[in-house]
Amino acid sequence: MIRNLGAYFLMMGWVLRKPRKFSVFWAMLMREIHAIGISSIPIVVLMSTFIGAVISLQTASNMDNPLLPSYTVGYITQSSVILEFSPTIISLILAGKVGSNISSEIGTMRITEQIDALEIMGINSLNHLILPKVFAAVIYFPILVIFSMILAMVGGLISLIISDLSTAETYVLGLRSWFEVYNVIYALIKTVAFGFIIVSVSSFYGYYVKGGSLDVGRASTKAVVISSITILITNFIITKLMLL
Amino acid sequence: MISVQHVDKTFGKQQVLFNITADFQPGKINLIIGQSGQGKTVLAKSMVGLHEVDQGQILYNGRDFTQMDKRQKTALRQEIGMLFQGAALFDSMTVEENVKFPLRMFTKMTKKEMQDRVDFCLERVNLSGRNALFPSECSGGMQKRVGIARAISMNPKYLFCDEPNSGLDPKTAIVIDSLIKDITYEYGITTIVITHDMNSVIEIGDNILFIHQGKNWWSGDKRDIIETNNPEIESFVYASEFMKKIRASLRENIS
Repeated sequence: MIRNLGAYFLMMGWVLRKPRKFSVFWAMLMREIHAIGISSIPIVVLMSTFIGAVISLQTASNMDNPLLPSYTVGYITQSSVILEFSPTIISLILAGKVGSNISSEIGTMRITEQIDALEIMGINSLNHLILPKVFAAVIYFPILVIFSMILAMVGGLISLIISDLSTAETYVLGLRSWFEVYNVIYALIKTVAFGFIIVSVSSFYGYYVKGGSLDVGRASTKAVVISSITILITNFIITKLMLL
Repeated sequence: MISVQHVDKTFGKQQVLFNITADFQPGKINLIIGQSGQGKTVLAKSMVGLHEVDQGQILYNGRDFTQMDKRQKTALRQEIGMLFQGAALFDSMTVEENVKFPLRMFTKMTKKEMQDRVDFCLERVNLSGRNALFPSECSGGMQKRVGIARAISMNPKYLFCDEPNSGLDPKTAIVIDSLIKDITYEYGITTIVITHDMNSVIEIGDNILFIHQGKNWWSGDKRDIIETNNPEIESFVYASEFMKKIRASLRENIS
């Protein structure tokens, strides 16, 4: 584990360097924004809308205390979505989708000697392949998470109206109650960290894969598991540092 | 010329190359042959810097690659083209983008100049008009030819080919051999070919280095390999009855 950690930091030392040619980097970045960000929109839409709806329904169904104001449902939905669901759960889902994709893409490049081809040309393959992915994740993950927050709250609204458990006015009042901009900033900082972790950890396992296609599959699984565990630990650390 | 001097290479506790010394001549096709697992690819990959050697020198026209800093290595690598066993084309790019890639990375050519160079290289390997295909849409032989086009796009002084005929039918293998031969003689490139293909050995082997047990076991040219009675060469090159008959016929022709 310590050896892997050392190799990871050495790798990042090669990744975080100035790109050799900005025009090539820009083209790669655009491709990665599409692969990592835009192609993740459908899963984010689906997950966020339904989980937002379920959070609202569960909160409403458990609110049988008459002393609690009816707008509490909106407030709890807002807090749950902003603080935890959108930044953390969506990142965990993206660790599965994006992480396995990155790991298998780079792993396949390794076993088919495409990385060797880059190295022989005199190109820093780590910087060339991974830096655009890191930038794409760091730029686009927060956009996805903001999108997810909005959709989850809309999902909650729709579910409450369909179930006749609240009115739109009461729910929106709850969403606006005790709204803290700082919570959104905290969520976005977490998201940037999670995006960085997903891309760098998955790239690490893909880049150093040895063997054949079975090993690429194993590396991909490992990348998702380690990314997810690292996200959970980082989530705890950032929460401790920023909220307490 | 590339000169390898007393090169040793170890992976963990296993030594793969033992005191290899060899010269690879410019304007000629230098073959590295030997059984699988004897260190041919390790030698070639060490020569291009994909593996660091434990000791010894790798001299490119007198410049020691092992002593170069990163900037010097990057500069030298622009003089090297390599065709990989599986072609190693970037599968997210089209044929044209693959050939154009080194030009985009290392030159200040205009778009027009780059396009002209790409078209020239593709024409050179008989792939004109195939610019928009992706590697997955190309046959094995086409992929190898795109690999050659990419390797020569930067006008290399040194060309490495790792088993260029593996997985190809005999007719396509001859096409690839002819291409390598023509390019080498036309541009005076120092070409190094790792091969198992005995047809290539007889057809294009100007200089042949036989690696056995990680050592420079034998060297000579295609005429010498027909005449030699070295037992390891015999058991490798002339392992089949068919090859023995070919050798007998070639020996008759020589005499």
